Amino acid sequence: MGRPARHLLTALVAGAALFMLSDSVNAFTDDKLASVGLFAIALAGLTLLTGLAGQLSLGHGALMAVGAYTTALLLEHTRAPVAVAILAAVCVTAAAGAIVGLAAARLRGPYLAGATLALAVALPDVANQYPHLLGADQGIVVNPLRPPGWLGPGFAPERWLAWVSLAVALAVMVLLANLATGRLGRSWKAVRDDEVAAALAGLAVARIQVTAFVVSAACAGLAGALLALAVGQVGSGGFPLSLSLSLLVGIVLGGLGSLAGAVWGAVVLVYLNEVATSAATHLGLSATTAPNLALVFYGAVLIVVMMAFPTGVQGWMRRLAALVARAARPDRPPGAPAR
Amino acid sequence: MRAFLSYTLGGITAGMVYSAVALALVLIWRATRVVNFAQGGLAMVTTYLAVTLIDRHEPYWLAFAAALAAGLLLGALVEVTLVRPLARRPHLNAVIVTLGLLVVAEGAAGLIWGGGLRAFPAPFSTNGLRMGHTTLDLSPFDAFTVAAVVATMVALVVLFRATDLGLRMRAAAFEPEVARLLGVRVGRVLTLGWALATLAGSLAGLLVAPGTFLSPNYMDAVLVYGFTAAVVGGLDSPVGALVGGLVTGLALSYLGGYVSGRLEALGALAILVAVLLVRPAGLVGSTSRRRV
Amino acid sequence: MGVEPAAVRVRGLSACHGPVKALEDASLDLPGASITAVLGPNGAGKTTLLRTMTGLTRATAGRVEYGGHDLCALAPEEVVRLGVAHVPEGRGVIQELTVQENLRLGALWRADRVDRRQALAEVLELFPALQRRRRSSASTLSGGERQMLVVGRALMARPRVLLLDEPSLGLAPMVAEQTMALLVRLRDEAGLAVLLVEQDARGALAVADQAVVLAVGRVVMSGPAAVIGGADAALLHHHLGW
Repeated sequence: MGRPARHLLTALVAGAALFMLSDSVNAFTDDKLASVGLFAIALAGLTLLTGLAGQLSLGHGALMAVGAYTTALLLEHTRAPVAVAILAAVCVTAAAGAIVGLAAARLRGPYLAGATLALAVALPDVANQYPHLLGADQGIVVNPLRPPGWLGPGFAPERWLAWVSLAVALAVMVLLANLATGRLGRSWKAVRDDEVAAALAGLAVARIQVTAFVVSAACAGLAGALLALAVGQVGSGGFPLSLSLSLLVGIVLGGLGSLAGAVWGAVVLVYLNEVATSAATHLGLSATTAPNLALVFYGAVLIVVMMAFPTGVQGWMRRLAALVARAARPDRPPGAPAR
Repeated sequence: MRAFLSYTLGGITAGMVYSAVALALVLIWRATRVVNFAQGGLAMVTTYLAVTLIDRHEPYWLAFAAALAAGLLLGALVEVTLVRPLARRPHLNAVIVTLGLLVVAEGAAGLIWGGGLRAFPAPFSTNGLRMGHTTLDLSPFDAFTVAAVVATMVALVVLFRATDLGLRMRAAAFEPEVARLLGVRVGRVLTLGWALATLAGSLAGLLVAPGTFLSPNYMDAVLVYGFTAAVVGGLDSPVGALVGGLVTGLALSYLGGYVSGRLEALGALAILVAVLLVRPAGLVGSTSRRRV
Repeated sequence: MGVEPAAVRVRGLSACHGPVKALEDASLDLPGASITAVLGPNGAGKTTLLRTMTGLTRATAGRVEYGGHDLCALAPEEVVRLGVAHVPEGRGVIQELTVQENLRLGALWRADRVDRRQALAEVLELFPALQRRRRSSASTLSGGERQMLVVGRALMARPRVLLLDEPSLGLAPMVAEQTMALLVRLRDEAGLAVLLVEQDARGALAVADQAVVLAVGRVVMSGPAAVIGGADAALLHHHLGW
């Protein structure tokens, strides 16, 4: 079976499993499932950018904001249907990604990190600069996504959002998996590993790098749009630097370049938030202080993973699988060369 | 004209602070090829330490000294526990660890001291100096800021160029393997480098604090400006850190004054991208590199 | 030719260069007041041998005995304190520093300032060219001057053992000869044990007392220099490319 078909099959199986899962959980967990879905999308794009194309971006929180604001503005000021608003968010953010990518194509490693960090820090200020348009800190209110009529009048909007988010996430995963294993993915890896060699081999290095940015930005924009619908409001306070950094935690945890890892990362990010919130409640911390505990967890995870498991969860699992496989294999015949 | 003078003076003062941050980044980059994105976070923590002492009615200068000492210790601690173990891995690993440290620092500060805004006192008046009938837009505190940063830079220059320890540090930064063969304990020297760098960052944190409100994120923008300054000056050059700081400070001051105060971070981003695209080695840094 | 006991004894030394086994089970004796040449084609492991002896590269097996210590177990910065100086491949001139700073660096680990100043004076006397250029940046030196600089810098540590990795590389023949003559002086006047890695086998054998030939990480020949030099032509061609 060809790779694209295999990806599709995996997605369908996962989709069925998630559908059954979502049926038996409450609204609270639906909310979490929706978050996992949208963060998986954002992380998937980012992990391809960083893992396959080798570009470290700290500004994807800002790109999510672009998607979120686009959606919110369209829904507030026009009568566009939600699907159109989301699509527009993807397109606008992809365009933003192209601009960032053009600048980023010439930057390397820490310089790129620093420049995208500047982007993440600058964004809330820009939003506050135009309060009449962008609603400053509180932001713009977004009406929740209403389930379609044919699902019946009492259908929970949280469940509908969870379904939409997960379905879109699966679709995006299939798309990205096909991209990653196809020619574009190979070009990204070639450019990441040795730019000079890639250029000599005839690859349009800059264009390939920009494409990586555009793809990851589109994912971030999509995630931002879904986030706007999930949270119900879009303000500059919702996209601090720590959002971009938590995306980094997600992809490092999952293993750079791994799409399955992006899913792990999303689950951990959302779960970690939960653990932090309940721990904070146990410790008697106020509602405003509680998110800081999550930050400490995120940062600690990033440090620990980088120091102990630099290839992330997925890499660790791969190594574990290799160990298991080697143990299960029959002994080598005598005289065979040592590994 | 009056506005221009005001923005210029403000730009110089701010630029000095950015130079201090840039210096911290440059010192660490030269020695270990790592950009310490946690520099602002560490400075924020030491400033909070200072404010805790001040709240307990300790004299300002004691708190000031304590913050600087804490900076020294923190820098050394970070190098030994987080950076040294990663010495053999790709540099980007250490960079990501510094980002993790930044997040931990901001979260921990929020937990310990609360996320609310706080005022930080200035040791000198922040009102403009009076010269006859007019009031300059330069306050005694501004003058102190400039003097403190300049004094620190001079001290570091003297350390590097005129002392044996400085010679060891430079050798370890330029050619670590050769330095080891010559008996330089490169590991200890790197620790000292990080300690001094974090000290410079802590100084910047203390100098910025009176002009704004303390919060766990208050150094985020300053780090960005400091990074911009370092890049403008060439990440390899302490002198460049000074030049870069002044250029960045002035540019952002004019931008903030003539256009809008809110767009400074965006302005820094524009400067950063422009410099990196046009002259990546910065204004002062040399484009040639070594190898016999 | 000294009958002094061996100053350095390498026993069964192995090391890797990345994934490749660059050095395998190498043994040699380095007597005091002598010059030992280490020869062999590119990639034979000569540089790895020196790097492993002074701790820049980790040994996977074997020992390097000197003065009751096993040098393999020590860090390079400790090895030089025992009196073993290593002039590495590529010379290692620190271009950003001046000539004098480079030289002074060689002795900074010694506590006695008077002794350090004395060492500097001696080295500058040995190399008048460096004396003239002492305040110049090291990047402005010619190839031959750089060679003098790194040897002088190594001598600042007052070593008993001197390891040199391809000192004549990139030098004009006359300058290379002068370097060899200097090594002879150091052996004769200061009783140094010199280990000399060279691609230029003839030049090295002309001054060496004994020679060791490496190929693919292993010692394939060793003995007095005259014997190695006069060995079977086919064998030499095979190993040394003569």
